[in-house]
Amino acid sequence: MAMKSKHQRLILVLIALVALIGAGLLAASALKDEAAYFYTPYDAKTKGVDPGKAIRLGGMVVKGSLKRAADGVTIHFQVSDGKASVPATFTGIAPDLFREGSGVVAEGSFDKGGTFVATNLLAKHDERYMPRELDGMSYNETTHQIEGQVK
Amino acid sequence: MIAELGLAALWLAASLALLQLALVWFGLVGDKADLLAGVRPVAVAQAGLCAIAFLALIALFLRSDMSVALVAANSHSAKPWLYKFAGTWGNHEGSMLLWVTVMGLAGAGVALLERALRRDTHMATLGAQAAISLGFYAFLLFSSNPFARLAAAPEDGQGLNPLLQDPGLAFHPPTLYLGYVGLSVAFSFAVGALMTRNVDAAFARAMRPWVLGAWVLLTIGITAGSYWAYYELGWGGWWFWDPVENASLMPWLAATALLHSVTVLATRDALRAWTVMLAVVAFSMSMVGTFLVRSGILTSVHAFAVDPERGTFILALLLVYIGGALALFGFRVGTVREGAQFELVSRETMLVLNNLLLSVVLGVVLIGTLYPLMTEAFGHKVSVGPPYFDAVAGPIALGLMLVMIAGPVTRWRHDALRAVGGRLLVPTLVGLAALSALAVLAWGRIGVLPFLGLVIAAATAVGSLTPLGKRNLRRTPLFTYGMVIAHLGCAVSIAGMASDSAFTVEKLAAMRVGDRVSAAGWTVSLDQIGPIAGDNWTAMQADVSAARDGGTPVLLHPQSRFFTTPPTATNESAILTRWNGQLYVVLGEPTQDGRWQMRIWWKPFVTLIWLGGGLIALGGLLSLIGRERRGWMKRLRKAAA
Repeated sequence: MAMKSKHQRLILVLIALVALIGAGLLAASALKDEAAYFYTPYDAKTKGVDPGKAIRLGGMVVKGSLKRAADGVTIHFQVSDGKASVPATFTGIAPDLFREGSGVVAEGSFDKGGTFVATNLLAKHDERYMPRELDGMSYNETTHQIEGQVK
Repeated sequence: MIAELGLAALWLAASLALLQLALVWFGLVGDKADLLAGVRPVAVAQAGLCAIAFLALIALFLRSDMSVALVAANSHSAKPWLYKFAGTWGNHEGSMLLWVTVMGLAGAGVALLERALRRDTHMATLGAQAAISLGFYAFLLFSSNPFARLAAAPEDGQGLNPLLQDPGLAFHPPTLYLGYVGLSVAFSFAVGALMTRNVDAAFARAMRPWVLGAWVLLTIGITAGSYWAYYELGWGGWWFWDPVENASLMPWLAATALLHSVTVLATRDALRAWTVMLAVVAFSMSMVGTFLVRSGILTSVHAFAVDPERGTFILALLLVYIGGALALFGFRVGTVREGAQFELVSRETMLVLNNLLLSVVLGVVLIGTLYPLMTEAFGHKVSVGPPYFDAVAGPIALGLMLVMIAGPVTRWRHDALRAVGGRLLVPTLVGLAALSALAVLAWGRIGVLPFLGLVIAAATAVGSLTPLGKRNLRRTPLFTYGMVIAHLGCAVSIAGMASDSAFTVEKLAAMRVGDRVSAAGWTVSLDQIGPIAGDNWTAMQADVSAARDGGTPVLLHPQSRFFTTPPTATNESAILTRWNGQLYVVLGEPTQDGRWQMRIWWKPFVTLIWLGGGLIALGGLLSLIGRERRGWMKRLRKAAA
């Protein structure tokens, strides 16, 4: 019985180890993708991002670049971090305070032509909050917070 | 006057907490047993004073007393009374006051209601509760005084974040805090039991109702918060893996594990050290969550203000309490005798697997939440989002569901593998049937995770009912029903999540008045649009009629609201609930040519997500009643006699 219970404890420990190592590997591989999750336009241009890879792109909406398509729900704009700018497009209801000259974090991916297709926009919302990713970037105005995804 | 009264009550409560700790210390360690008689009255008085302080703050908010800094910064006289009331905790200081009030009330609850625990352990538990409370009193009084006055009162306040101006604010934070802080009781129990070397089955039976109660409230709070985010943010999502949501999920995962291991300890006297450890971890997760939310290192609606001093303070509290408890655990774990043994194929093993997988999910969520903060400390900006959490937590959660099917049909101590397999035949067949049906109907059109989710949900739904088969349903104890209903709730909830992510249909359009669009069998037309005003907002409101397959149209009123204080715009979605899903309509901006942006979703069976959450909480409640009913009745009879 003593032998047996020791034996069984060993099996339990082995199961635990396998689970932990498995979870660790899973987490590490997922984090490796995530580590390259947030880009500024300059990062995106210099490092290169594979088309179709889900990322967050953060920067300013360039003044004068915002164009609305005829369907009424698609917009085209340029995102800039002061060093580089990339074209972006979004179909949907933009956050209320998404506007030219304001900060934005766009979630989505680049298409083959190099345009960022955003599936979600996080924009300035309320003067009390600011997307952490945009901390330390320079703006004309202090730029803040988040609509939609972040509560 | 009211503010000064509140502050005085808070100081008095803090000194009583100190007194409570001293009484326990000198009573137990100094061996002056007569001091212990004072502990329970002091704990109750302390809770009373907390309640007075909290009521005082509510009164200040209801009266819009702008001479109080907190009210001026977070309220506005034109706000509806409900939001003045609930706005009391819609800010940093108020929510921390709610925290200590709940902690005080929980302490009083332990003082008044706990009868099963050995007396010295009971006293040590109350001492531990006082020790934790003290830290949070200090935090409130020294760095987050809710009652601070302004030298000159402004004419009116700055208002409450409009996203928080919703009936949800009256409900979600208090329930969540009751659960969150209720876990402090489990923490104190663990510390008390380690101090008095009293970890055994009787201890577990005494701790279990407190864990269950906190867990039920936490479940309700999270479910309510998820639904609130879903309809308020106008975004169609119900969980965002926001660090603040994770902060509430992590204690829930730990508490869920604790709930199961405490049952093993209570029933079989096994897993002693592990259960004590989990009790420490569960409340530690509550404190980590509070640190993340209240320190300002995260950004979200929950993180009301950025203040590094407060962050440092909470971090210090965190290190003292968690470090202290772990050190105590380390010193005393040797005195925890080895519990009962069990064989590999047994209910115990299944519950160990449950605990293992829950701990793994907890671990990966914790890593994902803290990783960006750690890399940022090294000057490297990373953001960890839903792709990480879905990819990692999803598969483990599904594995957990499989264990959940097998656990309840496996016997305690030892069972035969073949017998267990036989009892799993029906759930397996149902799972295979669901697999084939989905493979035929939806192969390649839905993602792997939702696909597996639906299959496993079907198997779990049937599997969760299996323990009732072959039983006399009338004689089945209430706590067994509780378990069955809670497990069924998990299946229901997972089915809702999978269905939402697999089958949601979205339609975006710019519509003129009179236009109609169709999506997923619904015809939605924009009948009219016009301005409307509330107490502290103005809005454009659309009259939208929606009809399914030519049926009678139903009128919906999505709004695009604009609040003046603080100046903010929000989308108020309109949701139409049917038995098989929800139609979710959001009004966007006008286009230059006079059309209006509309976003329309048909979300099949999305309501199952929260229905499942409700079932999980209900199951917990039934277990609590089932286990404790007899004791309560006895006490009632005694009180009556």
